[in-house]
Amino acid sequence: MTLLTDDQKQLQDMARTFLGEEGTIKQQLRHWRDTGCKDGFGHGLWKQFAELGLTGVAIPEDQGGLGLGATEAALVLEEIGRNLTPSPFLTTAVAAAKGLEGTGQGERWFPGILAGDTVAALAIDEGKHHAPEQVALEARRQGNGFVLNGAKQFVVHGASADLVLVVARTGGSPGEREGVTLFAVERGASGLDVENVTLTDSSKAARLTFHDVAVDADAVVGEVDGGWTPLSRALAAGRAGSAAELVGVAAGASDMTVDYLKARKQFGRLIGEFQALQHRAAHLHSEIEIARAAAWKAAELLDRDAPQAELMVYVAKAKAARSASLAVQEGVQMHGGIGMTDEHDIGLYMKREAVLGSLWGDWRYHARQVAELSGY
Amino acid sequence: MTDLETFRAETRAWLEVNCPPEMREPMKSEDDACWGGRKWTFQSDAQRQWLEVMAERGWTVPDWPKDYGGGGLLPAESKVLREELRAIGARSPLTSFGISMLGPALLKYGTEEQKRRFLPEIARGEIRWCQGYSEPGAGSDLAGLQTKCEDRGDHWLVNGQKVWTSYADQADWIFCLVRTSAESKQGGISFLLFDMESPGVSTKPILLISGYSPFCETFFDDVKVPKDQVVGGVNRGWDVAKYLLQHEREMISGMGLGGGGSALLGKLLGTIEDPFLRAEVAAFDVDALAFTAMSEHFLDQLKAGEAHPAMPSMMKYSGTELNKRRHELIMAAGGSDTLEWDSERTRGGKPAREWLRTKANSIEGGTSEIQLGIVAKHILRLPGA
Ligand SMILES: Cc1cc2nc3c(=O)[nH]c(=O)nc-3n(C[C@H](O)[C@H](O)[C@H](O)COP(=O)(O)OP(=O)(O)OC[C@H]3O[C@@H](n4cnc5c(N)ncnc54)[C@H](O)[C@@H]3O)c2cc1C
Ligand SMILES: Cc1cc2nc3c(=O)[nH]c(=O)nc-3n(C[C@H](O)[C@H](O)[C@H](O)COP(=O)(O)OP(=O)(O)OC[C@H]3O[C@@H](n4cnc5c(N)ncnc54)[C@H](O)[C@@H]3O)c2cc1C
Repeated sequence: MTLLTDDQKQLQDMARTFLGEEGTIKQQLRHWRDTGCKDGFGHGLWKQFAELGLTGVAIPEDQGGLGLGATEAALVLEEIGRNLTPSPFLTTAVAAAKGLEGTGQGERWFPGILAGDTVAALAIDEGKHHAPEQVALEARRQGNGFVLNGAKQFVVHGASADLVLVVARTGGSPGEREGVTLFAVERGASGLDVENVTLTDSSKAARLTFHDVAVDADAVVGEVDGGWTPLSRALAAGRAGSAAELVGVAAGASDMTVDYLKARKQFGRLIGEFQALQHRAAHLHSEIEIARAAAWKAAELLDRDAPQAELMVYVAKAKAARSASLAVQEGVQMHGGIGMTDEHDIGLYMKREAVLGSLWGDWRYHARQVAELSGY
Repeated sequence: MTDLETFRAETRAWLEVNCPPEMREPMKSEDDACWGGRKWTFQSDAQRQWLEVMAERGWTVPDWPKDYGGGGLLPAESKVLREELRAIGARSPLTSFGISMLGPALLKYGTEEQKRRFLPEIARGEIRWCQGYSEPGAGSDLAGLQTKCEDRGDHWLVNGQKVWTSYADQADWIFCLVRTSAESKQGGISFLLFDMESPGVSTKPILLISGYSPFCETFFDDVKVPKDQVVGGVNRGWDVAKYLLQHEREMISGMGLGGGGSALLGKLLGTIEDPFLRAEVAAFDVDALAFTAMSEHFLDQLKAGEAHPAMPSMMKYSGTELNKRRHELIMAAGGSDTLEWDSERTRGGKPAREWLRTKANSIEGGTSEIQLGIVAKHILRLPGA
């Protein structure tokens, strides 16, 4: 069944009310941007996520979470996207939480995540395009632990993170999935150089440089050389989640634009009366509905642990990114001159889409995965 | 086991015994479909047998009431049946305008007598229907239709012309929009049923760019129709017509993926050397799989009564535009092989003819522009749409 259950509808209502009241562009995104906040998000709001139980959406019940799934995370993320709410929800409560699940690291990190105290980040990419197999950052065995050397970029919330899940190479060579190991590196590790960068959408991502960063053996998440497994889990959840958030971004931009078409007059008429705009708005609406169905389907398959989940996550991220890209471009265009101003919110949607669309692979990356997974 | 699990197990076992192996092979083209009707010749014993066993259970129309030849299944049960049929790759036992268009309209607007008379023979594939909507002067602006229908006391008298009537020359009956009043555009239309063998009905096939001739001009010259064959009331046919169009659009949207299969185009084409084409195919597969998810969601919404009435327009628009893109890519991948029109190799130019046929998808049942207009008006509520 692809319809929401009553419980899911309740959660959706709760998230919609919460983020529509507390997570608005004015109170959060613009506020933290204009005050030059180093985190790019508010810790107070993150605490509220925790009070509502949302930080535990993906954490198993026996470890204190809600034990819900990707579908519930998607419902929350769509509302986050609609309000452009800056928060570490996606990286921490969705991607990292899934990466840690069942690895023995849960006990160490879940309480802080649940309490809204801990922020987690994923350090994967080393070049300007997403390519997890290409990981080269070296983890050399030393004594009872490992020493890390190399560099990472596009580590969203990296400078604010208490925990960074670092993908490193303990064996094999770049391009291979074997020999990859995932490490839980804590804030302030010695030899870790952090450059906090502001991205286009005013969110923060770090460039990390590792100079002989020593970690204990118990920092390994999952198995040595077997990091691909927890990494895939984290990425699947993160990509499915970013797809849902992109649907929210698209829907937010589209709603704002359709409202504008009903308010702005030119040539003595509402511009929404012009068929040239009507048909484009209708096409856009269709694309967003389809993207949402794909995002929900991916989440449902993940929740069922179904074999087609991997394919559908690629599809969902690609489709959502393209639909959202269309939404923000049409959004700015149909607003005319006002859409180009910083004062108007529509441009903020365009900036958010650019970042979220690229995170953990842009649509071209995901379309290529569809081809490769399907053997053509 | 829950009731639904029991139902699934029984259904699976029944299908195992009753679905002939030939009917589990994918259809090679539209020609392999079973349309039924008085003039139908079965292409194989398997095709006949499959129709008979399914019709006997009411499973050609699983969610219609049993009294009218249906299976009387609950929405969840008919979904299970669909899934089980898909799992074994079973062909549809019967494809017809009666099932996908007229039936739903009769269920909603027909009198009890009309339902009992017409629905069971649709369910059993005994009568094949065609659709008399479009006229030379009334296409997108359907309500501008002029086919005249006069009250002659004990019968109706119909005069006029329809065009683009799909399969009119193979159909037994027609559901037809006629003008019973000139007073009002929409409010002067009636929805009439009659036998294509009635004196005064004639058809003339039209040749398409595909080289096929699936539809006709249809002429009515003093055709007498019994009084009880109006559906939904005299001058009240527009509501019936629009409701039926929603169902037609649902059906057409489902053709968007080469017959409803969710197989990836890239898999069908195999290794693609040209990186540009490969990228285009991958982008298409993303859209196609996303649309498949949408179709499932839409179907669930429909069955739960939660679908917006304009959703079939959105589905029709998206599905048909996808299907056109799919065939553009098939042609591109096939190169000059697929340009052959009469060779054995291409079974008489099948790829090119099918590619051309898909161009009608965004015209028939209301054009893409008309669907976008409906979405703009009824879903987005844009002014003056
Ligand atoms: C960076 C920048 C620099 C500029 N510099 C100058 C300058 O130096 N001097 C100056 O005078 N102006 C300048 N402009 C203003 C610019 O010319 C206007 O923004 C532009 O003409 C659009 O008008 P508008 O912003 O009022 O949008 P609107 O006219 O309100 O248009 C909103 C949307 O409706 C659409 N639309 C409007 N009418 C129709 C129709 N009939 N059919 C279909 N669609 C329609 C538009 O295409 C647009 O998508 C500048 C604008 C920008 C963004
Ligand atoms: C293969 C096929 C099978 C068909 N089968 C049947 C059948 O069985 N029974 C039947 O009754 N009919 C059938 N039709 C007819 C079909 O429904 C009509 O062709 C269709 O509704 C369009 O009407 P038209 O051809 O008159 O085009 P027109 O209405 O003349 O349209 C011409 C162009 O103008 C555009 N246009 C028209 N109005 C607007 C508007 N308001 N805004 C923007 N653009 C507009 C259209 O989108 C189109 O691109 C079939 C058609 C095809 C191609």
